[in-house]
Amino acid sequence: MMKKYGPALLIVLLLFGLWELAARLVNLPFIFPSPSGVAVRFWELRETLFLEHLPSTLSIILIGLAISIVLGVALAVWMAASETAERAFYPIVISSQMIPTIALAPIFILFFGYGIWSKVVVTVLITFFPITVNTFDGLKSSSKELRELMLTMGGTKKDIFFKVQVPSAKPHFYSGLKVAVTLSVIGAAIGEWLGAQAGLGYFSRRMMTQFDGAAVFAPVVLLSIVGIVLFVMVKLLEKRSMKWRKNE
Amino acid sequence: MRKPVLQFQDVSFSYGGKKLILDQLNMTVYDREFVTIIGASGSGKSTLFRLITGLEQEEAGAVWLNGEQFESRHGRTGYMPQQDLLMPWRTVLENASVPLELAGISKREAAKRIIPLLDEFGLEGSADKYPSELSGGMRQRVSFLRSVLTGSNILLLDEPFSALDAITRLSMQEWLLDQWEKREKTILFITHDVNEALFLSDRIFIFQDTPVRTLQEVAVPLDRPRSQRDLNDSAVLKLKNDLIDQLRSGVKKP
Repeated sequence: MMKKYGPALLIVLLLFGLWELAARLVNLPFIFPSPSGVAVRFWELRETLFLEHLPSTLSIILIGLAISIVLGVALAVWMAASETAERAFYPIVISSQMIPTIALAPIFILFFGYGIWSKVVVTVLITFFPITVNTFDGLKSSSKELRELMLTMGGTKKDIFFKVQVPSAKPHFYSGLKVAVTLSVIGAAIGEWLGAQAGLGYFSRRMMTQFDGAAVFAPVVLLSIVGIVLFVMVKLLEKRSMKWRKNE
Repeated sequence: MRKPVLQFQDVSFSYGGKKLILDQLNMTVYDREFVTIIGASGSGKSTLFRLITGLEQEEAGAVWLNGEQFESRHGRTGYMPQQDLLMPWRTVLENASVPLELAGISKREAAKRIIPLLDEFGLEGSADKYPSELSGGMRQRVSFLRSVLTGSNILLLDEPFSALDAITRLSMQEWLLDQWEKREKTILFITHDVNEALFLSDRIFIFQDTPVRTLQEVAVPLDRPRSQRDLNDSAVLKLKNDLIDQLRSGVKKP
């Protein structure tokens, strides 16, 4: 463990050291807080952060991800099953990425108001793409020889889908999900900047207007922790559902 | 006379109407025969298997399996592909049980049937291993077991040993003959190794040039059981040289 992550840990510690040093030299804690200052503020704000704002942001992230997974997987399956659907939707899904979704976020605030749903929409929009495209590519990546072998054994289209295509798509789905969970944190935070009554993104922005540098960073630290925890959870889920990969 | 299990009657085939691969081909394979098909790459050997398994449909003529013509030949033969095509996400047991699952047999029942077979296939103790943990020879055994479990009396083996090292290959050939006799199957075997063809088969079909019109066939003058040493018999050596000459003449000079 230490051997594997040691070098990365060392670099992070080094960077934090430099930051601390620089912040103390500059000595303008309201715009350039030191890591120790952030840590102290984090501790002071722990109740507000964990009890008031974290639940709000976390629910946006989880609801958004859940919707993205359901819709994304459904669309991927549809496109993999029907060539017409693929021709109709695939170009749209790809080109939708050219639209700066984040820039559209204010529109969703107009549409859905300051409640949770405008942020959920932003989160869905940016996490939908990696899930859909990866799952679709995965379903398509199954080997033609294996599908033909299933046919020679009397397998139906349904057999081929569940016994060949779904297992082949799994690793791709998880790669997509890993990208999506990191993006979901960004989506939720940005959605909250634009208009919210609670949430870590909202809190961070509010502290900015009060020139409380350390309190701007504290929720960002928590957001990062949320991202990391979600990522690790997906990773564990991936390992559990694909035991056979341990030997590769 | 043994009963025919596979018959081609004036079968013609081409891919998309372009280049004719088979031209009114006639061929008969009898029950419990071991027939090897030998020929250069691109001579239509694999196409023949695709036709028999029903992955392709003949354009003219008729194909009979066990005396019957089928609308779809899917699920009527046991096919063992060149690459083992084991599913990496399934264990040995789960891979072998695929044809049983497709036939609607429950997992528990499938396991009950397969586990006693693992010993005979030299796979004892490997039931829960994944393909990536197995050697090449073992993977081919699993693949062969899977084709046997289709329950078909006709097994189609497409260069199954071509990726194995020479020593493993020899022992797999002996093992295959043993299994063939024990399980009372009819085997069609594609190879481009003349020695392998001579050692294994009753008859050898030679695919020389496309389109294939008439099959040249050779009966191997050896009794069973055989050993690798029998290949040094003078009649067999002569046959071997003739075969090699014939195959060479079919290959266009560079």
